[in-house]
Amino acid sequence: MSTLLEVSGVSVTFDGFRAINNLSFQIGDAEMRAIIGPNGAGKTTFMDIVSGKTKPDEGRILWGGMNRSLLGLSEAKIARAGIGRKFQKPTVFEDQTVRENLLMSLKAERRVLAVLFHRPAPGELHQIEELAEEIGLHDHLDRKSGELSHGQKQWLEIGMLLAQEPRLLLVDEPAAGMSPEEREHTTRILVEAARTRAVLVVEHDMEFVRRLNCRVTVLHEGSVLAEGSLDHVTANQKVIDVYLGR
Amino acid sequence: MQRTFIYRNPSLLIFLCGLALFTLAVTVFSEAFGAGFISTSFVKTLGKTLCLCLVAIAMDLVWGYCGILSLGHFAFFGLGGYMIGMWLMYERTREIVAGAMAEATIPPTDAEIVAAIGNQIFGVVGASEFPVIWVFADSLAIQLALVVLVPGVLALVFGWLAFRSRVTGVYLSILTQAMTLALALYLFQNDSGLRGNNGLSGLQNIPGLDHLPQSVVSVWFLWASAVALGLGYLLATWLVSGKFGSVIRGIRDNENRVRFLGYSVEGYKLAVFTLTACMAGIAGALYYPQAGIINPAEISPIASIYLAVWVAIGGRGRIYGAVIGATFVSLVSSWFTGGQAPDIDLGFYTINWVDWWLIVLGLSFVLVTLFAPKGIGGLVDLWTQRRSPDRHGADLGPDPGALREQEALE
Repeated sequence: MSTLLEVSGVSVTFDGFRAINNLSFQIGDAEMRAIIGPNGAGKTTFMDIVSGKTKPDEGRILWGGMNRSLLGLSEAKIARAGIGRKFQKPTVFEDQTVRENLLMSLKAERRVLAVLFHRPAPGELHQIEELAEEIGLHDHLDRKSGELSHGQKQWLEIGMLLAQEPRLLLVDEPAAGMSPEEREHTTRILVEAARTRAVLVVEHDMEFVRRLNCRVTVLHEGSVLAEGSLDHVTANQKVIDVYLGR
Repeated sequence: MQRTFIYRNPSLLIFLCGLALFTLAVTVFSEAFGAGFISTSFVKTLGKTLCLCLVAIAMDLVWGYCGILSLGHFAFFGLGGYMIGMWLMYERTREIVAGAMAEATIPPTDAEIVAAIGNQIFGVVGASEFPVIWVFADSLAIQLALVVLVPGVLALVFGWLAFRSRVTGVYLSILTQAMTLALALYLFQNDSGLRGNNGLSGLQNIPGLDHLPQSVVSVWFLWASAVALGLGYLLATWLVSGKFGSVIRGIRDNENRVRFLGYSVEGYKLAVFTLTACMAGIAGALYYPQAGIINPAEISPIASIYLAVWVAIGGRGRIYGAVIGATFVSLVSSWFTGGQAPDIDLGFYTINWVDWWLIVLGLSFVLVTLFAPKGIGGLVDLWTQRRSPDRHGADLGPDPGALREQEALE
């Protein structure tokens, strides 16, 4: 398994507060990885850095087989390079239908003129149907996404992420505010997605992480504290002290 | 999804039919072509209103759909007017000057004619030389191109600088106001080359059409304005109905999310801003020949704010809303400020509508914003029963579609 994303020696400081401190991290091509850590450990900042929202003060971020540097690229360019991101709060376009949300996300030419003269191809419509099936929203395609329940919005956002066909998915707390059944469905979607691409999940809920059944990276004060299987890291004394022990 | 364009946008057909009927009715009742119930000056008012509707559509695209509250689109409107005004004034003056000089015993040279035109046009600001910006004023084709190009290029440069620096929200609005104010102040100067605060006048006299009375010319301009408005409505409907519309509405609602989908938000904003500036320029070029005069006061910052008020009152985020707002407010406004509204005598104070109209307008803007954010266009929703989602609140139950907090209270 080759390395898809390699982050090395990255630091970022906000007004003197070192949010990320000499952090190094790697993820492979078709790998599921969970990131856990106490509040303020820098989990979301780490995602911000990878997706281009925050510029690191130092360090390298290399992407793909060509080892292309992601530093200095705009968010849109990074997204086009194949990194998709799901936010903590479900952010779908509430004023638009589920179908429009998915169509906008489908991997396609993103330039203004191409989009202006875009006509939905039969292949695209078919793809939308399939995606909707996968995220359980097939019956809601023509509803405005603002009418969906919280869990359905989360799935729609995951669906929009899958529609982009990214090679790496950054998923921030996907199970927050979900019922047990919804969590199970979310787990299935993510595990399925990780068969063909890298998935990076930030999650607080240990039970959810256990179900993902993947390698776990523990962040603390902006750097990696431990890495390994969930059982391995939860047995680590340092992890127990800073996180689990509380 | 794959139904026809017209089917998916019923308002387009209704609007185009309505516009055609309106144009026909005005023509039939005009002094030039029919019964003469509608005075020439009122035909001009109606024609100007159509132009205002067109610029309101541009404003709705940029604000209602793309979420950029530009308070500078009336500057583009004015620039369009100035560009066509330069040709109108030059050509008209040339006709008069050449006619007068042809009487002379020695036929004038071309240079003498140009000098005499310059003297006529710029005498009022104490100059007689043609400024550089008038170099194309003798060519209708080039000035018509400039109607689109000058606002377009200004919007492109301004937008590129502003959007690239990620200036958004109220800061962008202030920046557009500053641009408008700067432009107006510049044009107020006598040496700006556009006759300072005198502006360009006599624009209602179309060169080469001297033999036609204003009653005929006014109807022609009404037709041209109606065609432009119809095309503008069609273009706007097409823009917002497809994937492009989806993306710009996405930018309005959450531009960061659109960015993470891989769209270059700045590029889209720039495209919409520039395109609507060109639309505004065209609207201005049709408006000012009907108004007869353009001066820098037309570009004052308040004009662009009015534009936002019209769109807000009409209902932003729907194209017919912009049309309704511009029509309703500008016609009501000309009724109140034209001295036609009867004064109200309260005994101790007389309400004079010419003075009080602005307060009524401001108050209705505040009320619409607070209590009817959808504007007048929102009334259509009551009729079509279209309801926009309003389910903000936590789920009460585990199942999808369970009642929300607010819903459960009802």
